[in-house]
Amino acid sequence: MSEFAIENLSRRNFLQGSAGLTLGFCLPALATAAGGPGKAADGIVGASNFEPNAFLRIGADNTVTVFSKHLEMGQGTYTGLATIVADELDADWKTVRVEAAAADAKRYNNLLWGPAQGTGGSTAMANSWEQMRKAGAAGRAMLVSAAALKWNVQASEISVRDGVVRHAATKRSATFGQLAALAAAQAVPGEVTLKDPKDFRLIGKQANRKDSVDKTNGKAQFTQDVHLPGMLVALVAHPPRFGATVKSFDAGRAKAVRGVVDVVQIPQGVAVLAKDTWSAKKGRDALGVSWDESAAFKLGSDDILAQYKELAKTPGLVAKQIGDSTAAFTKAAKVVRASFDFPYLAHAAMEPMNCVIRLTADGCEVWNGEQMHTGDQYALAALFGLKVEQVKINTLYAGGSFGRRASKDSDYVLEAAQIVKAIAGKAPVKLVWLREDDMRAGYFRPLFHHAMEAALDGSGNITAWRHRLVGQSIVAGSPFEKMLVKDGVDAVSVEGAANLPYAIPNLTVELHTPTNIMVPVLWWRSVGSSHTAYSTETFFDELAAAAGKDPVALRLELLAEHPRHAGVLKLAAEKAGWGTTLKSGKAGERRGRGIAVHESFNSYVAQVAEVTVKADGTIKVDRVVCAVDCGVAINPDNIRAQVEGSVGFALSAALHGEITLREGRVEQGNFDSYPSLHIGEMPAVEVHIVASTKAPTGIGEPGVPSVAPAVANAIAAATGKRCYRLPFRPADLLA
Amino acid sequence: MIQLNVNGKTHQVDVEPDTPLLWALRDTLLLTGTKYGCGQALCGACTVHVDGSPLRSCTTPVSAVIGRKITTIEAIDANRVGKAVQEAWRKLDVVQCGYCQSGQIMSAVALLTKNRKPSDADIDNAMSGNLCRCATYVRIRAAIHEAAKALG
Repeated sequence: MSEFAIENLSRRNFLQGSAGLTLGFCLPALATAAGGPGKAADGIVGASNFEPNAFLRIGADNTVTVFSKHLEMGQGTYTGLATIVADELDADWKTVRVEAAAADAKRYNNLLWGPAQGTGGSTAMANSWEQMRKAGAAGRAMLVSAAALKWNVQASEISVRDGVVRHAATKRSATFGQLAALAAAQAVPGEVTLKDPKDFRLIGKQANRKDSVDKTNGKAQFTQDVHLPGMLVALVAHPPRFGATVKSFDAGRAKAVRGVVDVVQIPQGVAVLAKDTWSAKKGRDALGVSWDESAAFKLGSDDILAQYKELAKTPGLVAKQIGDSTAAFTKAAKVVRASFDFPYLAHAAMEPMNCVIRLTADGCEVWNGEQMHTGDQYALAALFGLKVEQVKINTLYAGGSFGRRASKDSDYVLEAAQIVKAIAGKAPVKLVWLREDDMRAGYFRPLFHHAMEAALDGSGNITAWRHRLVGQSIVAGSPFEKMLVKDGVDAVSVEGAANLPYAIPNLTVELHTPTNIMVPVLWWRSVGSSHTAYSTETFFDELAAAAGKDPVALRLELLAEHPRHAGVLKLAAEKAGWGTTLKSGKAGERRGRGIAVHESFNSYVAQVAEVTVKADGTIKVDRVVCAVDCGVAINPDNIRAQVEGSVGFALSAALHGEITLREGRVEQGNFDSYPSLHIGEMPAVEVHIVASTKAPTGIGEPGVPSVAPAVANAIAAATGKRCYRLPFRPADLLA
Repeated sequence: MIQLNVNGKTHQVDVEPDTPLLWALRDTLLLTGTKYGCGQALCGACTVHVDGSPLRSCTTPVSAVIGRKITTIEAIDANRVGKAVQEAWRKLDVVQCGYCQSGQIMSAVALLTKNRKPSDADIDNAMSGNLCRCATYVRIRAAIHEAAKALG
């Protein structure tokens, strides 16, 4: 689509070595960057404000503003980034606020992605840790310099705490705001001294969310809430099948609806523009579009799965090869085989996709829960014939994403832009997807089939493991391909499988990537691990049972080289009372406990689930005990919150989540046919965090992968039945 | 013109009578705290109070609420229970993405107004129609208990 490409290290390489961050952070350059961040152009930055760098502003009113280069979509990034900056700055947490940074890859790139700004892969804390510490420390140093100058004392005698700079010997003090103007005139330090972690006052302690107030009084602004003068709301009639095109429609009938202003055909379908959402909907209902479906995709999920099962009988591209699996299988005392089916999944964020765009005299302006700043800037620049820097993006809160707003090809943003283009920019446009539009648009977690076999010797040792995966590539054809596809193997298809942590002497992981399936697919919270953790951890459990070994003991035996896996596994097992007898259920109820462990995005999570399976096969997950190692726990309460939410998100998929196609049409449309977990299904969750001094890694996604396998292993413990397809089906679990 | 009483004020709204209250609030009155999530009364994000009872505004035509007292998240702090619920939500940092939380809070306030000491089962019953894809349910439950405690 453009020259834009993500071209950095693979996520997996990062931190496995020396954690050597390549810092694009250069204080002097940033301090002079065109007018500073945020609203400089609007004249808000005055002489009395102090902006030591692109991430921080201190106002004369003592307000400390942290500019977040990452999207806040619920994962707590605003609070996490502010926690780091405020600690090094020794700010008063109450005076700290967070604003979205501008879209500008030069200042705000994701350091793990190269020259691109964006949020994803649970990278926000990992890539920002040093950068935000330095941003805060630089600000602190300049405030200290200002105070030393003002009071004519040595900088080394000055202390800072809670937003107040003090010189004890002369009993003088000043607030950040009082020093802001003078601090702004100080030299930006070339190097800064970071705190000794024992002196942290916020990191690892309690720092409440910065968005709690506005998200509990209706003031928080999401894309859906944007109203601009003269703005039109657009709903688009999308094809009923992927690849269908518009044959004809009745614009007149749509325009006859009160409030409808225009009807335009765009590559994505037919857009109805109206003064408000309801009128646009009524207009769209009246369109009567007929579609040319001759070239459309017409397979159903069953057809796709049947094709994948056939493919799984043949060797795929090798994603990982250790030892000689074939030889080991010929010598096996016992061979265990299993295969697994994973459905398409919708992200179903509470806020369906939407985007506001207007053309301006000097470019275009976007309002979006923006997760792929640079990619969307390039895509819009190409469509409108603008320079990338002429695309201004206002990043708003996103009402969830789970990967959906990290569009690899700017799909919904370009849809909004096509409408603006079709009306020649005569009005700002808010594209609104109704729930059904959102659920039927594709960009699903890909459907996958896994075929696995393992060889055991006479003592029950696992001597070989063969894992064959079949599913669409997420990154093929996207700017991420260059970074993530090597020798035809999409790393995200096999993540969590190709890096199986267990010490098994012969390991073969193969991948088939079908290219005839036209269903758009995308990353879904935890990406490849959303299926690989399930197949590997439930199959491992089955092997432990086949060998007559305790699932925790066998895991620990084979994790000697992986102390962080072992650490969370032991902690979760201990806190859950692994090995103790589970209280029995009521008559007819079967109860069980199961465990799983998985690393994703360089964070390690183990979970123990306790379940009750009723006679009719329905499953109640009673309790999930989680142990987490994500390095330094920047904001422990947010880590707990993310893991609690991950348990619910993963359970929602495991118990209910399934998008199916019938003759190419998506069968689900809303929460009646694609149910989401409700409060009565939410288990008790305990989260235990491993104390660590390692560099922090993400927690937005890593709590998800091991939930479903832990539950499946608990179901097996309760019923003796293994679940080889998701979501779980009560009919498979009848007493 | 349709006359609506929202948050203690009377508004004239120029919409068709079949327009769902949700869109009149959001697009006409610009009270955007009430959210669109499903349009089918399946998710609860659009919950408002009508004469003190929770109601899904996405499937309620404006014609059905003429002359009735509509309260939205923007005015829930005018009420003692509403304030207690907001404070509990903030103290426990319930929110994540926040998009469903207006609806969660409206349902929680309705519950606590009727039942000052709800059990977990009462909470599950009253809140089961309010979906949260971030699954903040553990904290929603805890915050309702916290608010109940604060209300005494």
